[in-house]
Amino acid sequence: MSWAFLRDLLSGVNKYSTGIGRIWVAVVFMFRLLVYVAAAENIWKHEHDEFECNIKQPGCENVCFDHFFPVSHIRLWALQLIMVSTPSLLVVFHVAYRENREKHHNQKFYRNPGKIDGGLLCTYLISLILKTGLEIVFLVLFYKLYNGFKIPRLVKCDIKPCPNTVDCYISKPTEKMIFLYFLVATSCLCIILNLSELSYLIFKYSIKCYLKRHVKKQQ
Amino acid sequence: MDWGALHTILGGVNKHSTSIGKIWLTVLFIFRIMILVVAAERVWGDEQDDFVCNTLQPGCRNVCYDHFFPISHIRLWALQLIFVSTPALLVAMHVAYRRHEKKRQFRKGDQKCEYKDIEEIRKQRFRIEGSLWWTYTSSIFFRLIFEAVFMYAFYFMYDGFRMPRLMKCNAWPCPNTVDCFVSRPTEKTVFTIFMIAVSSICILLNVAELCYLLTKFFLRRSKKAGNSKQQPNHENKEETKQNEMNELISDSCQNTVIGFTS
Repeated sequence: MSWAFLRDLLSGVNKYSTGIGRIWVAVVFMFRLLVYVAAAENIWKHEHDEFECNIKQPGCENVCFDHFFPVSHIRLWALQLIMVSTPSLLVVFHVAYRENREKHHNQKFYRNPGKIDGGLLCTYLISLILKTGLEIVFLVLFYKLYNGFKIPRLVKCDIKPCPNTVDCYISKPTEKMIFLYFLVATSCLCIILNLSELSYLIFKYSIKCYLKRHVKKQQ
Repeated sequence: MDWGALHTILGGVNKHSTSIGKIWLTVLFIFRIMILVVAAERVWGDEQDDFVCNTLQPGCRNVCYDHFFPISHIRLWALQLIFVSTPALLVAMHVAYRRHEKKRQFRKGDQKCEYKDIEEIRKQRFRIEGSLWWTYTSSIFFRLIFEAVFMYAFYFMYDGFRMPRLMKCNAWPCPNTVDCFVSRPTEKTVFTIFMIAVSSICILLNVAELCYLLTKFFLRRSKKAGNSKQQPNHENKEETKQNEMNELISDSCQNTVIGFTS
């Protein structure tokens, strides 16, 4: 089990997406998943070993590291990627349910089981809302946990067993900050894409509904 | 998920590229991505562990390392490769859109397109003309810009392309100016120069491809203008337009491998 699973999942979702949905998949692949695996993971690889405090007291470094990094940036990033990709599964399940139903009853209920209309439209809209919500939740989590998106070079720590206020130095703070900003920028881009797709679908189907009603009235 | 997935995505674009585009893709995968993964990552693997400063002051090494390497070479190259590969996705999306339209026409039972089945549409290779030409040319243009920006960023951040053996650091908490030694400076310099050289080759290939596409465009335009002038005067304008339309439609529906040799 690795990121290849997520990649295959997203490729499956691509089939039933709108044009903006496909752009979203491309952004998630290229600018989030690939950047995570190819670059970001290695920056945080030895963060605990390279976290250094100006003290010889055993246990002080461990305790300070745990205090300042309750959940590592890179783990939050990975969780965010997984959570944000998962709502698309709802659409895949719904299409599978439709196809199963047609097979079971040996009848053609839908012109095209993969076309976004009726119940599938609702599922698609719900998945978009969930995706956007989760993105925002993770961005807020990042902001609250780490007091903004900055990573300082130096943190002062005075938790037991540290005997007094001790200087602790974080490794590669500038590089981590650059990638954190990159993460935030791509998250915001994905939020914008999701919101545009949502408005596009709502607009398109309201016009369709309105026209249908108008034609019925004329008849 | 790794560079292999990128290879799959870009491999699809390869079919619709010019020959120079195919050479560019080969250079990208063999001389940049493969070298990055197989060799360069190992060279930079121990960069912070083996970055040694002549002091026992805790924290001095961390701070000096962060000061001299705000973003590691290897990460900058990975970002450069990702950004440079992304414009090709524009072409892939445009081709997918065209295929989708052709499939829709075929399903409606349009008489103009003479496909036997949907498989032919899926396998068809599109010529680079019309709106696809604009998408393709803009993708090359963006590639050039990204390459140039990253090369400049490298030069600006590291004051040239050489990796020095020794750096002098006096950032707090280092007690005074301290000597810090970079690990494997010569090997890193060699790889940096190699990657910059291959970047330059890719820039040249992109410029050549751009010139080639522009030349083809202007030649095609002048040929069309020449053809329309030669037509006899008694043909009216509508018939001329209809002839051109028919030509364009039959061009785009042809299912032979035309134009650029592989």
